Amino acid sequence: MASHKISLPHIRIAKRNSTPKGSGIVIRILAFITGMLFISLMLVLMKYNPINVFSSMFRGAWGKNIFIRETIKSAVPLLVTSLGISLAFRMKLWNIGGEGQILIGGAAATYVAFTFEKSMPHIPLLITMFLAAVVASGLFGLIPAFCKAKWGASETLLTLMFNYIAQKFIILLQNTKSWQDSFNAFPKIRMVTFNARLPKLLNINIGWVIAIALVIIVTIYTKRTKQGFELMVVGDSHNTAKYAGISITKVILRTMFLSAALCGIAGFLQVSGADGTLSEATANGMGFTAITVAWMSKINPVAMIAVSLFISTLDRGSSRIQTAFAIPHSFSSVMTGIILIFFIASEFFLKYRFVITKKEETK
Amino acid sequence: MIIQFLMAAIMAGAPLIMSTVGEIITEKSGSINLGVEGTMYIGAISGLAAAVAAEGAGLKGISVVIICILASVICGILTSLVYSFLTVTLRSNQNVIGLMITIIGMGLGNFFGEKLGQKTGGYLTVLPETKKYFANIHIKFLSDIPVIGKLLFSHNFLIYISLIIAFIAWYVINRTQTGLNLRTVGENPAAADTATINVSRYRYISAMIGGALCGLSGLYMCMVTNNGVWVKDCISGYGWLAVALVIFSSWSPLKALPCSIIFGGLMVMRLYVSIPFISPFVYDMCPYIVTCVAIVVKNMRKSRSISIPAGCGVNYFREER
Repeated sequence: MASHKISLPHIRIAKRNSTPKGSGIVIRILAFITGMLFISLMLVLMKYNPINVFSSMFRGAWGKNIFIRETIKSAVPLLVTSLGISLAFRMKLWNIGGEGQILIGGAAATYVAFTFEKSMPHIPLLITMFLAAVVASGLFGLIPAFCKAKWGASETLLTLMFNYIAQKFIILLQNTKSWQDSFNAFPKIRMVTFNARLPKLLNINIGWVIAIALVIIVTIYTKRTKQGFELMVVGDSHNTAKYAGISITKVILRTMFLSAALCGIAGFLQVSGADGTLSEATANGMGFTAITVAWMSKINPVAMIAVSLFISTLDRGSSRIQTAFAIPHSFSSVMTGIILIFFIASEFFLKYRFVITKKEETK
Repeated sequence: MIIQFLMAAIMAGAPLIMSTVGEIITEKSGSINLGVEGTMYIGAISGLAAAVAAEGAGLKGISVVIICILASVICGILTSLVYSFLTVTLRSNQNVIGLMITIIGMGLGNFFGEKLGQKTGGYLTVLPETKKYFANIHIKFLSDIPVIGKLLFSHNFLIYISLIIAFIAWYVINRTQTGLNLRTVGENPAAADTATINVSRYRYISAMIGGALCGLSGLYMCMVTNNGVWVKDCISGYGWLAVALVIFSSWSPLKALPCSIIFGGLMVMRLYVSIPFISPFVYDMCPYIVTCVAIVVKNMRKSRSISIPAGCGVNYFREER
């Protein structure tokens, strides 16, 4: 190649040494506003008035007590799943199997409910269901973790495949006679009885209390315990962890168990709280959405409360605009995705900066 | 019976060929695009919408087919451009971006599918005349040969296109300088950069090719599998299956062909095979279990030639070497 000289202003991307204080919040707010503007533009192009649509969405999610209850109800399992996913995130493990782990947790809880719902009192039954969900989906998450720790198999792909194994397993259960309603020929798992349903507090099932308790527990676990510290070290550098005498295998197994167990709790909450039954739609993409929640909240458990409430606001609000404006409900996932794009793109400006040099370069 | 089973397997597995080959090309350059599912949705809806629009404008026959193929390819490329801009230029995490593309793509597909369906009264579909082009072909004499004729010469034209694409992809990756460069970028981007290979350009272009193929594969799902009608959630996990197939076919476009058919076979096995005492619904888990086993076995054997490109999943930043 012939060498030639170019004298154009040359833009180079360089890493920032430190991020200016407080700029994180400002940039995220800007990203959110830009995202909303982009969505408004889309709505304008489709000949809707964005202000009407947004205010209708907001009213649909928070306008009446009954709407508020629905919004919180759908935020709870998402929050719990995100907590689970975020545990694995902390050590840079990708648990994409939230979807399957929710289903397995739900299946274990349903199994316990069907077996003991007539013979056990209310509270012990709920506790047994809870524990069954934790153990079952914890073990389910342990299989990919074991393959990762032992042979280095990609946990991203394994957990992904496990989603489908779980999903097919649920379809199998739906077609199993002993799980169906005796007088309904449709392949569907029957409802659990009232005895296996969560009690209510402030008119919403106490799932939200459990979720807040889990937020506190996860915060303490990651910030104040030795195990939480080990998690951070392994996430930062395997070599440092080895040097400090931390068994990486043990940390991977333990963390994935806990991560999957939390997702299983979300499944239990769906079966025993919101839905009262188990179906293919119990997880409904929550395992994937939870990853975006964990990412947007920068794995901060408290921020996850806000983000999952925001996502469920979009979800509930979209149900409203579907009836009011004939905008299909799937618009909520378009909105979630677009806002996430702007959030992620904005992170670039926190980590890197542009350097413009105007010098002659020989190529 | 066996022929029927094979035909069903080909029918079920064929849409996977193009998206798998596309994802192989993308992964060879060192990017894992988990957005295959979303890209397929976008390819499906844009192809269908373009076909309906072209029909509305009074076009007929082959021109409609060409327009819808172009629309799918272009929209697939645009989707993958979003992916590469965010991951290659802005260096965001590949997994998160891929998932986000899936969420957005699914949303956009279902959104426009329903929205445009409202306009045309109920549901979105192409005219029977256009559907005809996506039906199985029949070549005189060749298709009439017993067994072989049915197995080889009586499919829709998209299957033959996917065969050709798979062969070209294999040839380019394994037999040309471009392919060698591509593999270097995927295995060791720093070394490629030193050898004056433009890492970003390779990653952009291979993701674009991948996106185009995923778009086509979405069009296949929409036009052939669903008979030219928009069905809500029509891709139904096929994109994820393609991601699995990439591993199963050990990153080789040629192996993607038989592997797709095997997957298709495993998917329809329930209808054709029955083993006593095992519920047919257990068979449905097979493709996924087989993939898991394949992943683990590959890692146990640690063979370099059939494993994931070493630089896969990590964004390259020159200053971070």
